[in-house]
Order: sequence, then C-alpha cells, then structure tokens
Amino acid sequence: MKKILSLFLLQAFLASMIFGQEKPTAYINARIIPIAGAPIEQGILLIQNGKITAVGDARSVRLSSDVQIVDLKGKTIMPGLVDTHSHIGEGSGADGSSPIQPDIRLLDSLNVRASSLQRAQAGGITTVNVMPGSGHLNSGQTLYIKLRDGANKIDDLLIYDKDGKYMGGIKFANGTNSIRAGGGNFPGTRAKSAALIREQFVKAAEYRRKIQAAGGDASKLPPRDLAMESLTEVLDGKRVVHFHTHRHDDILTVLRLKQEFGFKVVLQHVSEAWKVADEIAKAKVPSSIILIDSPGGKLETMDISMTNGAALEKAGALVGFHTDDYITDSRFFLRSAGLSVRYGMSREKALYGMTLAGAIMLDMQDRVGSLEAGKDADFIVLSGDPLSVYTQVLQTFVEGKKVFDRNDSSDYLIATGGWGASNDREIHIDCFDGDIIGGEK
Amino acid sequence: MKNGKWKIKNFFGLLLLLLMVYCLPLTAYGQIAVKGETVWTMAGEPIQNGIVLVGADGKIEAVGTASSVKIPANYKQISAKIVTPGLVDAHSVIGLAGYLNQPHDQMQYDASSPIQPELRAIDAYNAEEKLIEWVRQHGVTTIHTGHAPLALVSGQTMIAKTFGKNIDEVTLMPTAMIAVTLGQAALVQQGRSPGTRAKQASMLRAELVRAGNYKGEPRDLKMEMWRKVLNREIPLLVTAQKAQDIMTALRIAKEFNIKIVLDGAAESYLVLDEIKASGFPVIIHPTMFRAGGETDNLSMTTAAKLKKAGIPIALQSGYESYVPKTRVVLFEAAIAAANGLSFRDALATITIDAAKIIGMDSRIGSLEKGKDGDIAMYDGDPFEYTTHCTGTIINGKIVSEVVR
Repeated sequence: MKKILSLFLLQAFLASMIFGQEKPTAYINARIIPIAGAPIEQGILLIQNGKITAVGDARSVRLSSDVQIVDLKGKTIMPGLVDTHSHIGEGSGADGSSPIQPDIRLLDSLNVRASSLQRAQAGGITTVNVMPGSGHLNSGQTLYIKLRDGANKIDDLLIYDKDGKYMGGIKFANGTNSIRAGGGNFPGTRAKSAALIREQFVKAAEYRRKIQAAGGDASKLPPRDLAMESLTEVLDGKRVVHFHTHRHDDILTVLRLKQEFGFKVVLQHVSEAWKVADEIAKAKVPSSIILIDSPGGKLETMDISMTNGAALEKAGALVGFHTDDYITDSRFFLRSAGLSVRYGMSREKALYGMTLAGAIMLDMQDRVGSLEAGKDADFIVLSGDPLSVYTQVLQTFVEGKKVFDRNDSSDYLIATGGWGASNDREIHIDCFDGDIIGGEK
Repeated sequence: MKNGKWKIKNFFGLLLLLLMVYCLPLTAYGQIAVKGETVWTMAGEPIQNGIVLVGADGKIEAVGTASSVKIPANYKQISAKIVTPGLVDAHSVIGLAGYLNQPHDQMQYDASSPIQPELRAIDAYNAEEKLIEWVRQHGVTTIHTGHAPLALVSGQTMIAKTFGKNIDEVTLMPTAMIAVTLGQAALVQQGRSPGTRAKQASMLRAELVRAGNYKGEPRDLKMEMWRKVLNREIPLLVTAQKAQDIMTALRIAKEFNIKIVLDGAAESYLVLDEIKASGFPVIIHPTMFRAGGETDNLSMTTAAKLKKAGIPIALQSGYESYVPKTRVVLFEAAIAAANGLSFRDALATITIDAAKIIGMDSRIGSLEKGKDGDIAMYDGDPFEYTTHCTGTIINGKIVSEVVR
C-alpha cells in the first residue's frame, strides 16, 4: 500500500514537473562564452524549463522577482560540448557477416548505465554522436544522445526531430579498417571498397525511385527492405553520413562519393586533412577531427598532424572535434581545443569547434551548441579558461538539470578516477524504500 | 670511362668531406648560453632571469642569474621564457616499438617464451625511430626504454639520449632493469604457463632460486642476468597494476633481497603504507592512461597521493599497443599537475625524480654544474596546452628547433 501511494505521489510530482512552470534560474557574475557572440564579463545566463531564456549582462537581462540566483563569480560558463564521434556506452554495430549493414542500429545495444557516459558528463560533454565501429564499410546507424542524468533505458537519452523521430546518422568507413585480406565478402582493396559502397547507393536510389513512383499507394510499394530504407534516408538528406577516413586519397574518395550521390556527410578523423584542406573546403564538407598525442599507431595515420584544425580553418572549412572515446577519454575533450590552438588554430574557432560546429554536423544547431535564448539549457561551468590544463569542469547541465557536480563525491570519483570509478552506475528507485537495483560496489 | 666517372664522384666526395670538416666547429657540442626568464633548475629554487652555460665538453659550466654568470664572447646565445632540464621519460618502449605499428617495427615483445631476461634492448633499439624525434621535439632528452610489459619477463631495458645516429652514441646505460610483468597482461592462454597469477609468482621465484644455485659454468645467459639481480646490481622493473600484484612484487623482493622499481601501479593508492615501508620507488602509469580491465580503478590523483605519502615517484609514457603509439611525458605530468601535484613536483616526475629512479641523477635531471648540458625550452608554462616547446638541447647541442 505504501508503495502504491509512493508511486502515485511520484506520478503527481512528475506531472507537475512536466506541465508546471519552473521558477527561472539566473547564473550570474560568470564570464560567459556564448559562442554566438563575444564573451561577456560578469554575464547572466537565465534559464527556465530546460531552455535558455536570456543571455547577457546586468544591463540587458531583466530578472523577475521569483528568479533563483546562482552566483558564479570567478567561473566561466560555456555551452555544453558536442562530441561528434564517440563509442561510450558499450554499444555495438554490424557483425562479421557482411561489409555493409545499414539496417543495424546502435540504438539496440547501448548500456545507459555504463560509467563511460558519466565520464563524458564529467568532461563537459552534453550531446554525443555514438557510433558503431569502423571495421566495416558501413557498420550501421549512429545515435545522437543527450547525456541526461539517471537514464534507465535508451529512450531516456534520445533526441527527437521535428517529425518525432529519434535522431542519428549512419557510419561509413574507408581505408584499411574495413579491408580484410581473404575476408570473403569484405573488400580487399580501396577501389573495391568504393565500388561496394557505390553499388549499394545505386540500389538505394532505385528503391527510392520505386517508393516515389508508388505515390503513397501501398500496393505499389517495393517490399520493405530495412537496409534500403536506411540508405533512402541518407539519399533524402535526413540521415547524415559520418565517414571514417584517414588518408588524403581516401578523403578525396569520400568527396567523390558525396558528389555522385549527393548525401550529407561529415568527414571523421580526417588524419591527413592538412594535405587536402582546400579540396575539403571547396566541397563545403565539414570535418570532425581528433587530436592524438603522437603520429602513427597504424600506417594510415603516420602523417596525422595536430595542425589539421589550423589548416582546415585557414582553408575556410567547418571544423569540429571528437573524442572517439575509448581512443581518447571524454574527460579530456577540451584538451583537443587547447592542442589545436597550440598548433595554430584560432581560439574562437577552436571553441566554436567544440560546440556549435559539432551541433551543425548533427543538424542540431537550432537547439544546442551556443548560449542563445530559445536553445536547450545545455551548459558547463568551468573553474577558469577553457583552454587551460588547470581548468576543471565544475558542473555540467543538460536541459537545465545538473548532471555533474565536481563537488559531489561520487561525481568527483568519476572525474578523477579511482576505486569503483569504472563500475556501472548504481540505480536508485527512490520510492522503493532505498532499494538498489543493479550496479555493484 | 667508368673509371673516370668514379674518379669525379670521388672528387666530389672528398670536397664534401672537407666541407664537413670545415663546418664541424660550427655544430660542435657546447659553448652555448641559454637564457631564461625563469630557469627551473630542479636543484633549489627557480632562477628569474637565469643563465645556463654549457661548455665545449657538453657539460654545464655554470647556472645562475644574468648578473652572476658572465657569457663568454664566443658562446652562442639562445633565449626562452621558461627553461627546464631536458625531460626524462622514466619508462618507455620507443626505439623498440615504432610508430608505424607494423611487424617490422615492433621489437618490444617476443612471444616464444614467458621468461627471457637475456633479451637486450640495445640489440633492438632504432635510434632514428620517428617517435624518438617526436618526444625530443617536446623537450625529452633521456628515455628509459626497452621490452614491453607483455610477458612475465620480457627482457632488458636501457637508457638512452634521444639524439644520435647509432646505439653506441646514444646509450647511457645498456642494461638498466629487467622488465617483469605481473597480472593479466602477462598471462598466457591455451594451457601454456603462466596461466594464473600464482603461477607467475611461482615461475619468477623458481628462476631466482635457480640463479642462487648457479655457479657460472656452463654459461647461461638467463642465469647471468638473474645473478645480477640477486647481487642487487640491477633492479627489476615490475609492472603491476592491481593491488594484489603490487603486494606480490613486494613479497618476492623481500624474499630474495632484491631491488625493484614498481611500475604502472594503478591501485598503488590502496597500499600506500606497504609501498612506503618497502622503500621502493614507483613509476606511475601515464596520467591519461585509459581506465579498463586491470586499470579500471586508476586515478589522475595517484601521483599526488604517492607524493604526499613520501614515496619516490616518476611518470612515464608507458606502452601502447595502438594509438597514441607513444605518449609524451610532458603531457602526462601536466595532467598530474592539474590533479593535486604541485607544479614543481610534477616537473620533478619528468626530470630529477625520474633521473633518480633510473639511477642517472649524477648526470641528468637537473641544471647543475658538471651535469650534461640537456635543456628544454618553452614559451610559457610547459604544462599548458597552448604552450610550445621552442627548442631542445642535448650535451650542449641544439637537437630540435621545431616549435611544438
């Protein structure tokens, strides 16, 4: 009886959360880097119901009488970071049965309790493109998630577009990762890789033509084909291609495929971007780069350079960043911007790359990536300048809710590591008298 | 006709040789004055507006303030905002492990047998490996490198300067330690040994017992190495991440009265008192090492915790099977400095304290009269992401001027 009552109260509470108006909260006195516009000293970030309602200073932002004030004197606020390529959450993609599997959804595999998701929160990341691996020409559909707190199921992390569909892209790869000598139906060469991808897009174009020809008449539709449906979304520009590519010639192959089939594409890794920066810029294709502490590790990345960001910026291309977590740890994501500035990128473009550029690459620039009225209240509080090694992420907010606080002992453990930091998150169901379900400690 | 061509070639060769001989004094070691807005000597307080003089022999002649050190007229002068000792990487595998990560450049691990102390690092070291240039360009002048932590006893380690064309030119110490690994990374599957932790300890103890009975005839390369260990001439570099493996290392060290250096030590913060009591130093895993498997519980604060407990520590670039093929100790110390270690203590983990742990502090690790002229220069706080290494000097010779 007690439990039923608790459940009822919980429902009532949730309903009031959803339908009621939250009191506005003003974060004041911080240095605000809104990305959209110049930094604001002693700025005010005003949020309500998970959205930003105003950004400015004491002269431009009016505070109502019921506002809750949070003084962040000496701190820095910037938008939550957008990681355009990550493998957090222990997700999986295609299996070894074939090199191209567009029907596979990462959605069906993510562990929402994985500690890696918490590490990303500790790194100031709020929006992530979680991808399957690069061992296939196509390893399946990627998933865009918000790092909301306390997720119990994948639905709790999804982001929905205007049509009510959860958002995600699709992962392609070229170069050596997907080449398997004597690998059966897997490609053995680069030319074969391109041919196999082209073959599938030609098929998809035909499938799409049949659907269009049916004109909504169900009897004329081609038989449902999950892989073709996915690639049709790609051809319609509704599903962005995230193309793993390292070497300069492989990068140009991606641009050639984009030219032929007209899909929207983000170049991922782009290790030799500095060699073909002008071509990338001319094709108006965005690049998501990664900073690795030394060159090599495999033949394709022997010429990777920390100057990629600077070279692409100079060429006029859009540059974002990614962790490729587990390759680099999400907690060091801001370091990518710092190192890129070390190697010639402008401070402004580096911070833009960590936020709004990433949002653009995920078609989410209307909702995240900058601090502007109307956007999601996804922001981070830093102890100092975002490009300094000594700066800590103090707090991370997703849609107005604090999801990481360095002052909280369990969050601190995630931020620095230590005993138990890699364990799955514990799940507390509050109304069940403190029962702990799942997790271990 | 053929002969004539050869003669002409030979003539040009001679000319080239003469030219080289003529140019030699210009590139000779030493006779260099390094001026720094701040000079972190790591022997006493940092000096503001300091000067480090390196003589013609490549050794440091004088260190002091601009007013106290007179620069001889014929000395080349070079300036930097921050000057530190050349950095010391206390544990690496580069030179054996190459950046291409292809079979031909991966010489850090031979899988034929789990116990091979006779494998010498000097027989595999490639002084021209790209990764050595890479770390040199970030200020690293000395590396303790060798066989990887992938077998119970994978082989020997060596100490080398990061500039020079061949092994004889670069080697400071041909056999520094023997690389021993306890735990998951050194377990062998499919019915071979060691298949368990207890078996690892047993096999290592058996080797040391056998070495105790070894009389020198007939010659046995393995036993010769173990004798040196038993005689406390060289330490074991014991990579152990889990607390139980650290305790096993301490137990075996005590049983045979041998010297060890603990390495990795992800869970060392759980057994601080025991490590402290043993007196052995710890070369801690890279601060940005990935948490996973046996390093699930690693922490960025371990360096600070061990330092506070009074345990001698250094940081390392370590071993990576994939990317980054090498880490850079400068970056790893930076993250330690951001997680509880003071600036000076963090710098010490990659200079003087690292030199002490690898037994080279009489020559390197600090800027002091009589030590090697190994110097790193930076245009700001060396740990900041946006600071550049502006130059590196080894034995008084400028070996990198790339701005990184």
